[in-house]
Amino acid sequence: MSLEFGREAPLPAIADRGGPAQKLLTANGLRKWFRLSGGLVGTRSVVRAVDDLSLSVAKGETVGIVGESGCGKSTAARLMAGITPSDAGEIVFDGETFWAPGMKITAERRRAIQMVFQDSASSLNPRMTITETLAFGPRAHGVPTSEARAYARDLLAAVGLPPARFAERYPIQLSGGQRQRVNIARAIAMRPRLLVLDEPVSALDKSVEAQVLNLLVRMRDELGLSYIFISHDLNVVRYISDRVVVMYLGQVVEEAAADDLFSAPRHPYTRALFASKPSFDPRNRIKVAPLLGDPPDPVNPPSGCRFRTRCPIAETLCAAKMPILADVPDAPEGHRAACWAQVPGSGHSRAPRVSGALQ
Amino acid sequence: MKHGKGETLLDISDLNVAYRGMSGWIPVVRGIDLKVERGRSLVLLGESGSGKSVTLRAIAGLLQEEGARVTGAVKVAGEDVTTMPLERLLDLRGKRVGFIFQEPMTAFDPVFRIGDQIAETVVRHRGVSWKEGLARARELFDLVQIPSAERRLRAYPNELSGGLRQRAMIAMAMSCEPELLLADEPTTALDATVQIQVLLLLRAIQKERGTAMVFVTHDLGVAGEIADEVAVMYAGRIVENGPAEEVLLEPRHPYTQALTNCVVRGSYRDLALGELGGAPPDLSRLPPGCSFAPRCAARTETCAETDPPIRAVEPDHRVACLRAGAPAMA
Repeated sequence: MSLEFGREAPLPAIADRGGPAQKLLTANGLRKWFRLSGGLVGTRSVVRAVDDLSLSVAKGETVGIVGESGCGKSTAARLMAGITPSDAGEIVFDGETFWAPGMKITAERRRAIQMVFQDSASSLNPRMTITETLAFGPRAHGVPTSEARAYARDLLAAVGLPPARFAERYPIQLSGGQRQRVNIARAIAMRPRLLVLDEPVSALDKSVEAQVLNLLVRMRDELGLSYIFISHDLNVVRYISDRVVVMYLGQVVEEAAADDLFSAPRHPYTRALFASKPSFDPRNRIKVAPLLGDPPDPVNPPSGCRFRTRCPIAETLCAAKMPILADVPDAPEGHRAACWAQVPGSGHSRAPRVSGALQ
Repeated sequence: MKHGKGETLLDISDLNVAYRGMSGWIPVVRGIDLKVERGRSLVLLGESGSGKSVTLRAIAGLLQEEGARVTGAVKVAGEDVTTMPLERLLDLRGKRVGFIFQEPMTAFDPVFRIGDQIAETVVRHRGVSWKEGLARARELFDLVQIPSAERRLRAYPNELSGGLRQRAMIAMAMSCEPELLLADEPTTALDATVQIQVLLLLRAIQKERGTAMVFVTHDLGVAGEIADEVAVMYAGRIVENGPAEEVLLEPRHPYTQALTNCVVRGSYRDLALGELGGAPPDLSRLPPGCSFAPRCAARTETCAETDPPIRAVEPDHRVACLRAGAPAMA
């Protein structure tokens, strides 16, 4: 740890096992359905928050997740951090099973993945000073109190909050940006290898947002961290991510390298989402809304492709069969989309032809 | 701020608003002047605590009832709202001035059907029958493009999606064809694909009907989509005011410049973002001179002594900065 710490961090670093080629995190087939009680005639409805989510994060990589409210991105974050147990699937961390159904995550292993939440106020204990909050995690891992408190002051300095002024404050005495810095410090106190950041800058003013993003970039580079970065703000995600995953109604509809995705989105939802971004330039305004209506209710998602009810190019095929996330032909490697119009020979009128096949 | 031959509908002069704090009055709006012509849209842009929402509430005459101290004049079509008796204010609100709030879920009454709440407004201000009020609500739902209008009119607020609720809110604000529409971050709580729909709808309605609009937001992109003119607020002052293109694309005030630089654009990847150090000043302990000076990269010694008055740098473009002259400052 070179992040301007006055002393060695009291918790040991988590050793790398598989080398740089091995993925840091691989999530396979995660699923979370929430049951709603009290249907009208005894029917129990189910919110399909996350369905069959697979995602991997390479070492040092930042994976962005974008999508609108209710698309399951926050649930996905909690599943991958192991905070909410998944209904199915497994999570592999640096080659070792981190979580599988029925498995309990030990405290020592949980240290590897830490989370930062959107609401900086409600994620801090209002009755603990900042030092107490930051010392809490290390103490729970056996670090003596005095050492944990000294470490807390170092952490504060590292995130740009001079400990002489801030160490004994309560959360209510801090601004939103300062509180978010504390939340970030609390996460890195455990010396994790992966941070799951759920809308970490969404509640902040623009000038403060820039400060926090710069801090996150600096920490990623200096501490060798990997990030899963969730946001509805496309600009922020593009700025910080190496790879971006787009979610719609609990499913991944597209994923690609950030540059590739933003320059050539393939899924009609991704295109519409990008085209909905206000232009900033009054001379170049959006004339027609790219999509109509709101996202449907995740309780009863549409059959087949879940986007088909708002999709400009939906065909009968799309209602009948759910498209799977597959490599996009003629796109750079790693660009995958779940759309029949991208699958050769799928029967969709816009699908590319199967090379060499008889027509 | 004359654009063509437009007639001034809203005229704010030397508006000051203060709230009682633990140690005396805290100024939250400090001597602002603004004019909006009929059919034009003005965006009040600023960060939290800049006084933009308070200014908006002052136009609807909502502050006196909150115990705020208000001085100066806020004239809507020539009538001063700050000295208006309550009954006249109640006539003004809803009839001549429509208000759209950020969170329609809390602005609507949860125990009444949406259609009835809109009809009530129409009946109150137009003196028509309940039946006519409901018919008007139905027309308004078509205006704001709510599908299955009949069913949605009978819905309770919680039964509508966020986008539909905000459309219903616009329908309610437009119910008596107001001359002035006030919108407080109306699309901030909406998803991207829904936000642009609501913005385009508001823009279309406002232009078609010739309604003047004051729109509060912190989002420069939203301002770019909807503003004819922009007024940037900082610590209770207007620091820059002018045509949207000029203010957003060629800002003259260092604060506006910093704000536009902070906007995260994907193409800036791997570059450190333009940071605006520090935080807005504590309004109860404002620094002497220019309130922005402590954070300003272009400050000089005089900035800490002289509070710069807002002055014209172009015929339509005003800036409150001692150094504002050339379009680009270091």
